[in-house]
Amino acid sequence: MSDILKITGLSVSAEDKELLHGVDLTIKEGETHVLMGHNGAGKSTLGCTIMGSPEYTVTGGSIVFDGEDITAESADKRAKRGIFLSFQNPIEIPGITLSEFLRNALEQVTGKRLKLWDFKKQLKAAMELIGMDSSYADRDLNVGFSGGEKKKAEILQLLILKPRLAILDETDSGLDVDAVKTVSKGIEEYRKSVGGTLLIITHNAKILEELKVDATHILANGRVAKEGDGNLAVKVLESGFENTLSGVER
Amino acid sequence: MNEKTQIQDIDRSLYDFRFDEDEGDFLDNGITPEIISEISDEKNDPDWMREFRQRSLEIYRRTPMVKWGASIEGLDVDNIVTYIRPKTRMNTDWEDVPENIKETFERLGIPQAERESLAGVGAQYDSELVYHNVREEVAQSGVVYTDLESAMHDPKYAEIIKSHFMKLVPPTDHKFAALHGAVWSGGSFVYVPKNVRLDIPLQSYFRLNAKGAGQFEHTLIILEEGSYLHFIEGCSAPKYYEAGLHAGCVELYVGKGASLRYSTIENWSKNMYNLNTKRALVEEGGKIEWVSGSFGSHVSYLYPMSILNGENASAEFTGITFAGEGQDLDTGAKIVHNAPNTSSYMNTKSLSKSGGKSTFRSSVVVNQNAEGSKSSVNCESLMLDSISRSDTVPSIVVKTDKCDVGHEAKIGRISDEAIFYLTSRGLSEEEARALIVRGFADNVSKELPLEYAVEMNNLIGLEMHGSVG
Repeated sequence: MSDILKITGLSVSAEDKELLHGVDLTIKEGETHVLMGHNGAGKSTLGCTIMGSPEYTVTGGSIVFDGEDITAESADKRAKRGIFLSFQNPIEIPGITLSEFLRNALEQVTGKRLKLWDFKKQLKAAMELIGMDSSYADRDLNVGFSGGEKKKAEILQLLILKPRLAILDETDSGLDVDAVKTVSKGIEEYRKSVGGTLLIITHNAKILEELKVDATHILANGRVAKEGDGNLAVKVLESGFENTLSGVER
Repeated sequence: MNEKTQIQDIDRSLYDFRFDEDEGDFLDNGITPEIISEISDEKNDPDWMREFRQRSLEIYRRTPMVKWGASIEGLDVDNIVTYIRPKTRMNTDWEDVPENIKETFERLGIPQAERESLAGVGAQYDSELVYHNVREEVAQSGVVYTDLESAMHDPKYAEIIKSHFMKLVPPTDHKFAALHGAVWSGGSFVYVPKNVRLDIPLQSYFRLNAKGAGQFEHTLIILEEGSYLHFIEGCSAPKYYEAGLHAGCVELYVGKGASLRYSTIENWSKNMYNLNTKRALVEEGGKIEWVSGSFGSHVSYLYPMSILNGENASAEFTGITFAGEGQDLDTGAKIVHNAPNTSSYMNTKSLSKSGGKSTFRSSVVVNQNAEGSKSSVNCESLMLDSISRSDTVPSIVVKTDKCDVGHEAKIGRISDEAIFYLTSRGLSEEEARALIVRGFADNVSKELPLEYAVEMNNLIGLEMHGSVG
């Protein structure tokens, strides 16, 4: 399989402070990678930078997606290429319903007009799969949603938009056991039906149980401190970062 | 990658069209008792109106200029031609309307609108009504919709006009009310008899078309007990280099148990001083609903006032103001609770961009006799960039402790996080901004009749188009 994402020597700053110092990370198409690290290690910064957040400035290195350098591209163009970021704190947008928004976004990323009927059917099936009440479709995007429903809505978007690369930024955090199960189910479905590539940022072993993890990257202080296969993620979750990283220069 | 955004000027080419001035007799630029008397001659004013105009002129002369709020220094009233009439007189048949005037109206969509769903059209071209037609069904229901000047000469309405004209907004109210009293011209008279409920809205368009012309139309609406009316006022004017002045006056009398909805979209060109006065008097169990969208003008002073004068009377005000480059829009609403158990609800949104300034003033007065009254004021402002300005000036005067009064204000900017969230789903930055602004304005567009909601959404779309540099 070819590399879908190749990050080389990526340095990133925000408000004149360097947050990432030369990160290298490569993901092959169809793989599932886990990104771990302490709070403040730079995980979300990396996720947002891959998506093209204007909050962060790339000061060095490059991001190559599917063979093309996208380092300077805007977020909407990256979305159209098939990159998706599930937000840690999804934003509330009054005045547009979840359903209208998703249809609009889907038309943007696919560049095709959609038949309302087909879309509704697709949406209904996806909502059922992740146990989301259908009434949410007609509510304003994320407005007044509970934390759990916001995360479910992110997974719903993942299932509808079918990106080639999905970055899930702590989509499982702050959820109860049942909600984590539903989110996992959604991710599984995405793997199964779309066969997409995953970069999962998490602190939770639960969400990884059903997934075959191909690689683990541990960030510390804005650098990749350690890399390994799926077992590394399990090891970190069992024995903590300190033990896993002991002996590694940080 | 870190693109700085700047929202551009609205594309006004849609609105900025005009024809060569082909006007009748101009009057002297200044305002003297002789000019006022000439106006009276032209209009064949009844004696009481002749006196009223002259008295108003005296009041105008001794009333000082307003000194608060947005600056009106650029305005030189003495150089404004206050009264310009097109060569045509009243028409009730579209065929008789002259071609160039017709073309202007057609570009404004009036005949189409009429064909579709509107009950009657009273469109003011410069200072006089040139086309006025009320559909038969409206006339048959007993509803009177005509221009105020003709109605004044009709023995059936002469008395009712005399007893209501500028009683709610007296010439002593402020300088521009006095000016209005002296030079008013054109406008609408609507009378809805007892228990008549008009399901289709009545609509009027106002438009200025002559350089330097001021417009002083008067709208007088009287709703008898138990009646219902929706009146829509739409304004747009072409662009000029000299300062234009609009000092219209709207007086609304809402009878016992009657209900009036008064919707306005104002889209004056950006050289216009819009100093408009609107007021409603609501009797027992009656209801006034204002829906107001202010997009245009250089400077606006606009604060529709509702006086709740009978038990259980209520007022609702929904408004949106959008101030762009060079605009200083001072808008708001005033409610006076003057009877027990009255209620009011105010919900406004204001937007500012490209250095525009938008000020929202609310005034709620609860008199001693208004026990058991409720009032709720909610205003939100959104600034689209860091050079624009938004102010909120609330005033609450409560003279009884047996009432419930609330006020809430929010001021914000479009967050970068929200833009990033939407663009990460494939929307361009421009689309993302437009979507957020539409969402912000949503509660107002929901209140507007469909064609106006579409127009407002188009206006927002135009405002946001090409907004990302």
